[in-house]
Amino acid sequence: MPILTYPDDRLKTVCEPVEQFDPELREFAEHLQYTADQGPSAVGIAAPQVGRMQRLCLVDATRAKRPVDNNGPLVLANPEITNWKGFAVGREGCLSIPDYTGKVIRAETIELTAQDLEGRTVTFKMKGFEARIAQHEIDHLDGILFLDRLVSRHADLRQR
Amino acid sequence: MAQTQPWLLLTLVGADRPGIVAHVTRVLFGVGAELGETAMMRLGNQFAIMMMVRGAGKPEEVTGLLESVRADFDLKLHVDEIDASLHQHREPDISVTVHSADRSGIVAEVTAALLEAGLNILDLRSDVGGSAEKPIYIMQIDGESSAGIEPIEQCVARFADQGLTVRVTPLETMRG
Repeated sequence: MPILTYPDDRLKTVCEPVEQFDPELREFAEHLQYTADQGPSAVGIAAPQVGRMQRLCLVDATRAKRPVDNNGPLVLANPEITNWKGFAVGREGCLSIPDYTGKVIRAETIELTAQDLEGRTVTFKMKGFEARIAQHEIDHLDGILFLDRLVSRHADLRQR
Repeated sequence: MAQTQPWLLLTLVGADRPGIVAHVTRVLFGVGAELGETAMMRLGNQFAIMMMVRGAGKPEEVTGLLESVRADFDLKLHVDEIDASLHQHREPDISVTVHSADRSGIVAEVTAALLEAGLNILDLRSDVGGSAEKPIYIMQIDGESSAGIEPIEQCVARFADQGLTVRVTPLETMRG
């Protein structure tokens, strides 16, 4: 599936909830993963990045270059962050914004609830890099890009 | 037209006052020039600009175009043709932060050690804080390491004995 690139208006659109948990959704999730695999070292992707305006995203911190705490490869439908703690600055890029990276402040640890591809409710605790991925992808579902959250290129809250 | 011309690197430096950027770029925009990557910052009481520009003619023509603004703001202006292109970004994977009481040689010693350990500096900013009587030196470096973080950590460890606090942090760009 082709990836939408900035400044496509669909990337600025709030997505609709996933309501049908059927084989078509599962097939779409597989295509979404395949699409992310074709990009440059992606650790996540959201449905609106391929033009499907639904609240579904993939988060996979197992693909980080350095091992990080993670919950394994995740498919998250209708994810909602229910708790935040701490702040950290990190560098982000986006499949939809080629050739640019910038610093963004994210919560250091989060708890989120979502549904899996069968519609079952799931909850996760995430920290660090995985929490950053989830926040970046959930932002996509709300029509927010990391460009909207850029901080000074010399910002530094890394000590933690 | 602009894209067939080579990039020029403009450097402009002058006492910091409001309007330098707006006036310089208005002249360039007025002749249809294209701006590429730029870096602008206040250093001391001066404002320094480094700017990729093309489509405004040859270096001597750009110097002429900017003469009025240069004179109005009492700027030092230098223009060079450079063999540069856009979309050549590199991603840092190591951050090094250094701070200590100010003394001469910090940058030379630390960057020499980092070079030896395989770090290519992509971005460096340093500053002098504290007071005039008791200045402190702070340096932040982002770079890419050809051999990983361990050689960097090992090479900077010796600076602790010299009163420098050096912190090495791995960086990973999250892309999704």
